[in-house]
Amino acid sequence: MRKFAQFDPSAVASHPPAPAPSGFSRRGFLVGSLGGSLVMAFAAAGCAPKPETGAATRTLEAGSWEPTLYYRIDPDGQITVNVTEAEMGQHVGTALARIVAEELEADWSRVSLHYVDSDPKWGLMVTGGSWSVWQNFDLLSRAGAAGRMALLEAGARMLDVPVASVTARNGRIVAGDRALGYGEIVAAGAVDRVYTAEEMDALPIKPPSARRLIGEPVAALDVPAKSRGTAVYGIDAEIEGMVYGRPLVPPTRLGSTVKSVDDSGAKSVPGYLKTLVLDDPSGTVPGWAVVLADSYHAALAASEKVSVDWEAGETAAVSEEDILARGFALIDAPEGGAMVRDDEGVDAAFGKAARVLEADYTTATALHFQLEPVNALAVQRDGVWEIHTGNQWQSLILPTLATALGVPEETIVLKTYLLGGGFGRRLNGDYTVPAALAAKAHGGPVKLVFTREDDARFDSVRSASAQRVRMALGENGEVLAMEHHAAAGWPTQVMVPAFMPDGVNGEKYDPFSISGADHWYSVGPHRVRALSNDLANRTFRPGWLRYVGPGWTNWALESFIDEAAHATGRDPVAFRLDMLRAEGRNAGEAPNSVGGAARQAEVLRRLAERAGLGETLPADTGIGVATTFGQERGMPTWSACAARVKVDRETGAVKLEKLTLVIDAGTIVDPDGALAQAEGAALWGASLALHEGTRFEQGQVAARNLDRYTPMRMADVPELDIVLVDSDETPVGMGEPATTVVGPAIGNALFAAVGARVRHIPIQPQTVLDALQA
Amino acid sequence: MARFELNGRSVEVDVDPATPLLWVIRDELGFKGTKFGCGIGQCGACTVHLRGTATRACVTPVSAVEGAQVLTIEGLGEAGDHPLQAAWIEAQAPQCGYCQSGQIMQAAALLKDRPRPTDADIDEVMNGNLCRCMAYRRIREAIHLAATRMAEGETSDA
Repeated sequence: MRKFAQFDPSAVASHPPAPAPSGFSRRGFLVGSLGGSLVMAFAAAGCAPKPETGAATRTLEAGSWEPTLYYRIDPDGQITVNVTEAEMGQHVGTALARIVAEELEADWSRVSLHYVDSDPKWGLMVTGGSWSVWQNFDLLSRAGAAGRMALLEAGARMLDVPVASVTARNGRIVAGDRALGYGEIVAAGAVDRVYTAEEMDALPIKPPSARRLIGEPVAALDVPAKSRGTAVYGIDAEIEGMVYGRPLVPPTRLGSTVKSVDDSGAKSVPGYLKTLVLDDPSGTVPGWAVVLADSYHAALAASEKVSVDWEAGETAAVSEEDILARGFALIDAPEGGAMVRDDEGVDAAFGKAARVLEADYTTATALHFQLEPVNALAVQRDGVWEIHTGNQWQSLILPTLATALGVPEETIVLKTYLLGGGFGRRLNGDYTVPAALAAKAHGGPVKLVFTREDDARFDSVRSASAQRVRMALGENGEVLAMEHHAAAGWPTQVMVPAFMPDGVNGEKYDPFSISGADHWYSVGPHRVRALSNDLANRTFRPGWLRYVGPGWTNWALESFIDEAAHATGRDPVAFRLDMLRAEGRNAGEAPNSVGGAARQAEVLRRLAERAGLGETLPADTGIGVATTFGQERGMPTWSACAARVKVDRETGAVKLEKLTLVIDAGTIVDPDGALAQAEGAALWGASLALHEGTRFEQGQVAARNLDRYTPMRMADVPELDIVLVDSDETPVGMGEPATTVVGPAIGNALFAAVGARVRHIPIQPQTVLDALQA
Repeated sequence: MARFELNGRSVEVDVDPATPLLWVIRDELGFKGTKFGCGIGQCGACTVHLRGTATRACVTPVSAVEGAQVLTIEGLGEAGDHPLQAAWIEAQAPQCGYCQSGQIMQAAALLKDRPRPTDADIDEVMNGNLCRCMAYRRIREAIHLAATRMAEGETSDA
């Protein structure tokens, strides 16, 4: 946990601070030569040199730099942008490099990406929360602008003209009919510039109207290799002399111990080497064994013949019902949990209410099922442990690996690969630990590959959730107050408790597991209570699954708002618009939530126009709406969705015909990449609402492969109509928001179609039939 | 000893005959474009062409391909320039990309049988290929795009 002491937990809490220039302005910025290339880097904290001739280059050569965001221009003009974020389908490197290139006035055709290995010099390495563009936009803009200004000055000197008479354009410094390519200037060694903190703050950043790259179409740089079969993922890693391993996953995630191992049957399998019982000082994989062989096929074949006698942990009998029952028991108890909001007057308002609405909602355990099963190749070479794998949060797992291996963290490197899907699974790098331990015990490189079933059993699943939402209404149906209680397994509590902020009652909570309940509706006094489901936390490692809590909080909230609209005889859109008032805490604040609830109202209004609400529909067909602010109040992505479904009253089957979405994510850097994220995220939301989910049985997930876990397929895909609002506001997230809004829109559409209210996802045909009977 | 033809070249591998073709292709022969997803033939990430037919390599023992022609993503087009691959890039179909070799191989088999597939044809043939990023809309678009380009190519050649 040592590394986290360096980070302000509020930086990732539910109200993240603005990515203001002050975030780096205490440090200088260096533009100088290193190894013949021009390097752009932040000076190490406290090491910013005085601006004098050669200072930048000398400082860079001395290694006194902190290149969290550095890029390089080679003498041939080629620009390499280092990417510390994991590439898992979001084309993140392209978006980040476009931000640099915009302000650098780079020739985009000369820009390439370098996905870096873990190194302390990069600072915090984490990719999640749809944060990448939002967190980096200002920093990368200024880093690019600093490079442009340095090149302008150097180019003017070389051309012997005043700097005011030259311009930077598309990789060249131009003075009248003369021009110098960036590569020529670099080759001449003419650039050496130190920017003070004040100068960085004052850099001329282009107004949106002057942008030539941001917001313009671009082909993602990672796509060609992914279309040719040449992209390299963690599972493709190889090292001379490596052996293959398959884990033997114990009956419970925690607390199991190996009593005995009998591998006599495996010895006849050609290529079988041995079965290791792992000794894990980090406690990550208690009770694990690994079967080693000289091929993966042999490891699989041998593993079927190895018999392990386990003493199972205490959760060996836990079921899905147990977990949900525990959640509702926590909700039923008035004490306990963290108050995320607890306004004065909630109880008084409910006490005098003419009518109280109340409903309970549940969501099932869900698997990440990223298509590349988790895997890692571990080897110690020259005193350094190399872990070859795709990972989303290198900084989180490195200290754990250090404990597991009993070596200093500085002697472990996570080698970076593409991720065959992340979705939050690889934020938890626990799968690297058994690989490292097996390699250590074996005394040579081990490539550990999980089968799909192993991957499912070891998944950091999205916890099942239990929720209760209440609303106090006055005589005329006016909203007087609201309460929202949500209980689930808390990934942040289990994985990185230092990231948990305090609730208003002083109790710590997992912001990712309650975000969404702290909505932008003006409803009078509001209480939001977050409850950690201790049974869930003991039974499995709760995971951050694409959008985490907003996946369940919005299922409850936006279903409930729909119910409340119908209960009070209001139109569901008008009811919401009345409550989306940019006032008080819902007024929004610069820079991340400018406009506040008014922007959420605006996407809903546009959606209502676009989705054909109010038009006559065929029998048993309905359109439902929902609106959310994406993942976090601190960086809202204003989202609205209309789902059109057709219900088969005989079978209970729900056919999703169309999804319409309007999304305001502020400035869009890569429009097509953003749209691709919205498409995938929207279908994820639909898949979790209609197609996928599992349950705990005997302490384990019941569905472990595609025979029982059934994500959306091609034939299930509805018509998609997605609009990204044109905006110059601060760019926020695109990876997850669409996922948060689709599920409740589908549930509400089901009600609109046939009057059946379903309060559990995934929506099963039998549930629909039952609801039709009700 | 298993002998077959991989992407037009004869190969010979000394492995257990029960070894799935997937691991022979990937680990013995080093063609990593074909992926492991589910191991039960239901995700399609391991799709290759066996005697011209789209086949799940994860559930095909190498003994079943003796003497046969096997085509992987690496052999589909010279330098990865098959019309489907060009269409995949044009439509910006891949997200994480992990399933895409299998999607493209399945689509190539589809276009051989039905050069101008309808949406229903695509649903029918591509439904066995899971895209976990759910880039389905673009995969469909890319297949139509490639079909159009291939038809235009034939017309202009004529």
